[in-house]
Amino acid sequence: MRIVVCVKHVPDLQSDRSLDQDGHLVRGEDDVLNELDENAVEAAVALAEEHGAEVVALTVGPDDAVDAVRRALQMGADSAVHVVDDRIAGFDVVGTAKVLAGAVRALGAETPVDLVVTGMATMDGLTSMVPAALAAALDLPALTLASEVTLEGSAVTITRSIGDADERQSADLPLVLSVTDQANEPRYPNFKAIMAAKKKPVTTWSLDDLPDVATAGAGTTVRSAAARPPREAGRILTDTGDAGAQLAAYLVENKLV
Amino acid sequence: MPELDRPLLVVADHVDGALTHPAAEVLTLARSLTTGPVSAVVLESPDTAALGRYGVATVYAPELGGLAPTVSAVAAEAVLAAVRQADPAAVLLVSSFAGKELAARLAVALDSGAVVDATGVTVEDGALVASKVVLQGTWETTCEVTRGVPVIAVKPTVVEAVAVDGAEPEVVAVPVEFSDAARAVRVLSRTEHPRERAPLGEARTVVVGGRGVEGDFSLVTELADELGAAVGATRVATDEGWIEHAAQVGQTGVTISPRLYIGVGVSGAIHHTAGMQAAQTVVAVNSDPEAPIFEMADLGIVGDLNDVLPQAIEELRRLRG
Repeated sequence: MRIVVCVKHVPDLQSDRSLDQDGHLVRGEDDVLNELDENAVEAAVALAEEHGAEVVALTVGPDDAVDAVRRALQMGADSAVHVVDDRIAGFDVVGTAKVLAGAVRALGAETPVDLVVTGMATMDGLTSMVPAALAAALDLPALTLASEVTLEGSAVTITRSIGDADERQSADLPLVLSVTDQANEPRYPNFKAIMAAKKKPVTTWSLDDLPDVATAGAGTTVRSAAARPPREAGRILTDTGDAGAQLAAYLVENKLV
Repeated sequence: MPELDRPLLVVADHVDGALTHPAAEVLTLARSLTTGPVSAVVLESPDTAALGRYGVATVYAPELGGLAPTVSAVAAEAVLAAVRQADPAAVLLVSSFAGKELAARLAVALDSGAVVDATGVTVEDGALVASKVVLQGTWETTCEVTRGVPVIAVKPTVVEAVAVDGAEPEVVAVPVEFSDAARAVRVLSRTEHPRERAPLGEARTVVVGGRGVEGDFSLVTELADELGAAVGATRVATDEGWIEHAAQVGQTGVTISPRLYIGVGVSGAIHHTAGMQAAQTVVAVNSDPEAPIFEMADLGIVGDLNDVLPQAIEELRRLRG
């Protein structure tokens, strides 16, 4: 079995993040493996350990995005592919999903891909669009936002809880799977795993290696981007016995109730 | 405001046969953007009276052939069939998890682009321009779809739903040929959570309990009931099992944009504030004066929730008679 896990290198959530004049995310300062992709890598590696599989970590991004797949290798992926190309810089989420799909197809041409795993969202865009766009571009079934995953034979069964309902869904491989942060507890690589990862292969591809997506491009453009003024702190009061009454009065005075 | 004169298509979400409030908001928004007709596509039996009240002239009803519309490929292929029939200038929908998956799939299938989590849509130079708040509320952008039929998913509660005097719409059945990938997903079971209060994502007022409630949501719930509010929780509170996971507000839970947010025992970690930074008014009650949520609170109360909440509830009852 061959599993591809898609990961993204994103600015650290605690860092001072910003957009450039084209409305694109400023990257490369405090970037890390997207926290929610750790759950995807964990799911892929755990399935591989249980059922026997090769795990390929895949990322699309600038030069230093290779650090994201390196982290996946430390967590147990066997090899990695990094798609890097200046022409990708302006792609939007759907355009990027098409590049990922092209890379999955190229990997599948070498050895069939049975499962593509992603996280539920990236901490930068938070759109949650990639898993569904990827499945659509690959014309594969999708099981998304899984909080539990099991594989029996060729059937994957998930539990998902979205909106006002819990659902169990199932489909046969090959398929696209996205997992939430409820799905597992990502492992923390030890020294041995970190050293072993240095010897694992990382392949670099450009758009020229993915001929069918070379013209994918972006279907959206950012017209304007501006930093918002920080939320101003309001009134702080320390309870001396009447704060509850003051809270009620505040709500009534401001017509909030 | 300049408007389009072409038709717009809205994916009109229903729950238990009734049009949802966020869907009514998107229909209201669509009416403000075009002088052309606003039509709806529905994935279950349409609430035609409500659709008429929100200005819908034509309802496209794809034939699902027993497939579940909660499978995103099924929903996308059904909506796509309606898009091909209606030939709209754009498709608008609700930016829920399901709506965002649907938007992504429509953008791929239509070879267009999608903007999700829009907080507003206007017409500029004949194009739809969507505004978005990004990077945890620190930046604001406007975006445009530059190719094909634009797909825009709008966040709940950012538009006020307004009804009009509309006639009963015409319902048009739409045949759909589903792909193998859509048919491949089997829904084994589905359990709806009971709706005791306003749904979190749609509520105008939300009371959220965090670590500081120490497992007891009774005062949070009592205050919410007094205010007709939804109850939310932080990740800690749901992980501890104090309340169901569906109540989680934050970047991996529900994103809310209520008129009033009241955080009780909520410290204000970035993972949580990412999901509520769009709230218009923020009130925080926390015994820790150093809690970061006080930096964003319009009214912050440093105090014991067991003292503050009962008094607030009692006073609200008195003030409102």
